[in-house]
Amino acid sequence: MAKGDQNSRGALGAKQLRAAERKEAAMLLALTIPAIIVVALIIIIPVGWLFSLSFLDETGQFSLANYQKMIEYKSYLRVFRTTFNVSFLTTFLCILIGYPLAYFLSQMPRKYVGLFMLTVLLPFWTSLLVRTYAWLVMLQRNGLINNFAIDLGIWDTPIKLAHNLNGTLIGMVHIMLPFLVLPLYAAMQRIDRNTLQAAANLGATPIQTFWQVFVPLSLPGVVAGSLIVFVLCLGFYVTPAVLGGGKVIMVSMQITAILEDQFNWGAASALGVVLLVATFAVLALASRFLKLDSVMFGRH
Amino acid sequence: MSWLTSAASETQITHGDRLWLYCLAGLIMFLLVVPTVIVIPMSFSDSQYLEFPPRDWSLRWYDEYLETPRWIRATITSLKVAFLTMLVATPFGTMAAYGLFVSGSRYGKAIFFLLMTPMIVPVILIAIGTFYVFGKVGIVNSISGLVLAHTVLSVPIVMIIITSALRTYDLNQERVAQSLGSTRIRAFFEITLPQLKFSILTAALLAFLTSFDEVIISIFLSGGGNSTLTKQMFSALRDYIDPTIAAISTLMIVLSTGLMVGLQLIGRKDRRD
Repeated sequence: MAKGDQNSRGALGAKQLRAAERKEAAMLLALTIPAIIVVALIIIIPVGWLFSLSFLDETGQFSLANYQKMIEYKSYLRVFRTTFNVSFLTTFLCILIGYPLAYFLSQMPRKYVGLFMLTVLLPFWTSLLVRTYAWLVMLQRNGLINNFAIDLGIWDTPIKLAHNLNGTLIGMVHIMLPFLVLPLYAAMQRIDRNTLQAAANLGATPIQTFWQVFVPLSLPGVVAGSLIVFVLCLGFYVTPAVLGGGKVIMVSMQITAILEDQFNWGAASALGVVLLVATFAVLALASRFLKLDSVMFGRH
Repeated sequence: MSWLTSAASETQITHGDRLWLYCLAGLIMFLLVVPTVIVIPMSFSDSQYLEFPPRDWSLRWYDEYLETPRWIRATITSLKVAFLTMLVATPFGTMAAYGLFVSGSRYGKAIFFLLMTPMIVPVILIAIGTFYVFGKVGIVNSISGLVLAHTVLSVPIVMIIITSALRTYDLNQERVAQSLGSTRIRAFFEITLPQLKFSILTAALLAFLTSFDEVIISIFLSGGGNSTLTKQMFSALRDYIDPTIAAISTLMIVLSTGLMVGLQLIGRKDRRD
């Protein structure tokens, strides 16, 4: 603000004040321009380009052939079904494992939470590739898990744990668990403890209080967390590629395969567009049930 | 055994009744951590096959890593890209978060969602889309192209951290500075920035790690002499289980954990001061 501006401030009318306010709001919004340019360059232009490529045939004419193929060919249908199944199963297993953990964390005294929380955050900070590699090593034929189970007599011959759906699911659940536990823990922290006490005072048993008061109040956290997990799973690539052993083909792997084997940009783009539309559809559906901002902020 | 019979919650349930929950949570936490740390002892094994516990200890896989130019070159590329991404994404994200938070404009929400799209759009689309467009412009396999693509992934993370820091920050302090004759910019740099510095440091480190750990975009956009570490690791993983990767993984774990623990220590000191 210039010197003259300050001297004349007392004489400013309401109109000028509003104009100054608008100018300041515009200047503040201008701070977002560098970030917007990067998003435009890296997301909007490339993805828009893929979108238009998906509607072109080999000769560059407009056609819906790329999308028709997706309906006609069984192999595409299988990829979509695998992607959905793997995402759904991973989300389900994450809730099953993550809920007790989040509940445990929410019941701990504040001074110990940080220590236990480290067990969730340590894997969260570690590279996804490193964790996938670690599972590959552990799940091998002669790996830690097989040796351990045989020593304990749980099973007597090595079981094929990696290079299939089991390995993929184990790896993905491990990687996705923090994305569920963190927002769920935050939601559980927000529950008013007085409601639990009130339920107990009114004669509810601890089990009744848990199922009829605590669980319903924690549901927004479950929905938020599982939404993040599901949407992230839809686009997963690295873990199924390494732990799936070619048996679990997700959409993003199929996109890469089409580009590597056939160099067919139209078909790869069309698959990508469907993946994007599916992702937004899940989010749109979910935003009808909960505020999206809270999901976004629950993520970190 | 008084702890077992003491109340553990509002509903007067005892710790004894809850032992199963503690055991279950303990098991889950164990399983969360083990895969992250198990590669550390394995990387010191002398054997061709990764075993736990290792029968003979040696540093041969670390030697292998340090003596292979391919790995060293990839490490340098990754560090360079991550550092540059941090330098670009941190100011861009901080500026955007501050502008949106303070302006309170009705367009703010729309811009915020636009800037969050990198978190929603599947990374494979960003990877092949930029691969296509960069191919036209001729910046595939270049450091600058990769930095740009990693910046877009890091900006939302920076924004989320800075926005949540601004929520607990009293912006009136800036107004006070302005009413005492400071300019808006000076008020930001002298009053707001010093109080946000811990959050900005956190955001910068996460931007660094986001780039350093990124795999899919790197597979498409880096190549030749500019392959990143993650790209090299990924292609090595698909062929066979190379123990050198255990050594590299250990170094990566030490790097990310070290950065985060260091950050926590700074944060603790910050709060005490």
